[in-house]
Amino acid sequence: MKLINRRNALKIGGAAAVLPLIGTKAFAQKEKVKAAFVLIGTPDDNGWNYGHDLGRQEMITALGADRVETTVVTNVAEGPDSERVFRELAQQGHDIIFGTSFGYGDAMLKVAKQFPDVKFEWATGYKTASNLSIYNARFHEGRSVLGTISGMMSKTGIGAYIGSFPIPEVVMGINAFHLAARKANPDFITKVVYVDSWFDPAKEADAARALIDQGVDVITQHTDGPAALQVAEERGIVGGFGQGADMSAFAPKAHLTSIIDIWSPYYIKAVKSLLDGNWKEGSSWEGLAGGEVVIGKYNEKIPADVVAAAEAVRTGIIDGSVHPFAGPITDNKGTLRVEAGDVIDDGEFWGVDWYAQGVEA
Amino acid sequence: MNIDLTIAIIITMVGASTPLLLAALGELVVEKSGVLNLGVEGMMLVGAVVGFAVTYITGNPWIGILAAAFAGSAASLIFAFLTLSLSANQVATGLALTIFGSGFSALFGQPFTGKPIALFKSIFPDSLTDHPILRVFFDYSPLVYFSLFMVFAVWWFLQKTRAGLILRAVGENDHSAHSIGYSVIKVRYGAVAFGGAMAGIGGACFPLILTPQWVEGLTGGRGWIALALVVFSAWKPTRLLAGAYLFGLIATMELYAKAAGGSFRIIPSELWASLPYLATIIVLVLISLRHKGNSSAPACLGKPFISSN
Repeated sequence: MKLINRRNALKIGGAAAVLPLIGTKAFAQKEKVKAAFVLIGTPDDNGWNYGHDLGRQEMITALGADRVETTVVTNVAEGPDSERVFRELAQQGHDIIFGTSFGYGDAMLKVAKQFPDVKFEWATGYKTASNLSIYNARFHEGRSVLGTISGMMSKTGIGAYIGSFPIPEVVMGINAFHLAARKANPDFITKVVYVDSWFDPAKEADAARALIDQGVDVITQHTDGPAALQVAEERGIVGGFGQGADMSAFAPKAHLTSIIDIWSPYYIKAVKSLLDGNWKEGSSWEGLAGGEVVIGKYNEKIPADVVAAAEAVRTGIIDGSVHPFAGPITDNKGTLRVEAGDVIDDGEFWGVDWYAQGVEA
Repeated sequence: MNIDLTIAIIITMVGASTPLLLAALGELVVEKSGVLNLGVEGMMLVGAVVGFAVTYITGNPWIGILAAAFAGSAASLIFAFLTLSLSANQVATGLALTIFGSGFSALFGQPFTGKPIALFKSIFPDSLTDHPILRVFFDYSPLVYFSLFMVFAVWWFLQKTRAGLILRAVGENDHSAHSIGYSVIKVRYGAVAFGGAMAGIGGACFPLILTPQWVEGLTGGRGWIALALVVFSAWKPTRLLAGAYLFGLIATMELYAKAAGGSFRIIPSELWASLPYLATIIVLVLISLRHKGNSSAPACLGKPFISSN
């Protein structure tokens, strides 16, 4: 990390003076890239922000500290405040700026227009520009693996999904989890509780208590943090799962496995393409196959046949033989949504506003 | 609804209500003395992080609670110095205290994020806490019994003791209290420090009885509900107890109803979340109607006291 001081400013000025003299080829390739990361929280959250910061560190290790230097800005609220941060980072001469939250989009699109030479990367975004790429991960593929474990291990046949808000990503996480669980147990029920917050641990914990009191014995959550998992441990139910990172330290008995976000492959690719001079705007959406979504360690208490089934789903998704949303799929009001032999493809994914049969939401 | 589920709901409801009850009881005493401290959320966060840190280090939740009380009190004394000794605006200073508390707790808590502690559970024998019926009386953390004791203690102090009478006099008419020889500023310092300690313990409830971890912003805005609760209670400790449990019940029922599915789902979750505030407004309207515009708030609430001699 480096701040701009007077000597650096002179260097940048000098470089700018020399630039027109150098041919375009030299302009395209870079000796060193200055990358900035804008985080909505702090890297010690053991979840979303931690994952992005780990990706940044691994990117530096892979490319070498002499090729890339990074700036990290933490606790940047979504909205107008973030626009100021993105503009400042662009003015400070960063070549590429990663905004790691959905709500940075408007600010990034605006600043990207004002700084056409700076590249912008918007995590979980939905709109690109000539110098703005988007990248996301197929978290729902991990949900299929968790659903398989839940369907086989639940004794009551009732699982729970604690969600934040009913946005497409969460809805599809629920469907992926439930469809996989139903393959193991055709009567499986998934109870969904939205807590209307990305972050309210006390409410998540109480939601977990409410669900367990009503027969749920496997819980998965789409919120940051281990609150629900800790209640699962306290109540001694079959178990729960880590979200974003391994959370077994919080619940050694209840933690069955976890979905881990790995951002380093994408960060390495993006910065390397800038070094090589072939960065292009695009849209990246990798999952288990690309190594962006990884299934953590399985708890020792999971029987071998369940681990084998979970692994079969994981490897099946990687080689393409298993699809998380393979038909026939009927929704929870009885309408056939996906014909047998058909799947929900990437284009249809974001438009799904229904839950599969057996989801109580 | 079966008896097991009813008992389970009561136990969850009491847990969710206890931090509200503790913080609001403290604020009630503060407001009775004529001071409006809007920094409850900030003091709760300070109490939560210090309570967690000390419990994590010592392994003893009792010491953690004590430390949380001291930390909340210390934070409130910053507010007291600014508003009582320097006569700064109470609303602005209280809001600043909340911002300070969230920033301080985030900074202080960094090394403790991602570390688990044990819940501070009931100290009664398993035969009582696991009993299908009796657990409704015994399956609570000692903090719950403490909060109930404090409802009685605050009521007794305000209504039955001379010191309580002086505190109320200071809140109703500071200049009169001053002219007959009571130190308005000292009484208010005491009340604010007590309110800080109670908010600190209320904050410590989050890592100790609700979700045994520390993360930034753990209290999730409950300090603001505690403030609404004081108004809801019309500054009466017994009504505060009923209000805290009602607010806790609304928050708990939202989750149980969502988990149950069926017809409860018709009520949108946004409405559930706004019910405590709606209830406060309705009660305010009812009080105003009954007293014909004569509110039950302490007469000197929020007004700085500047001695004339």
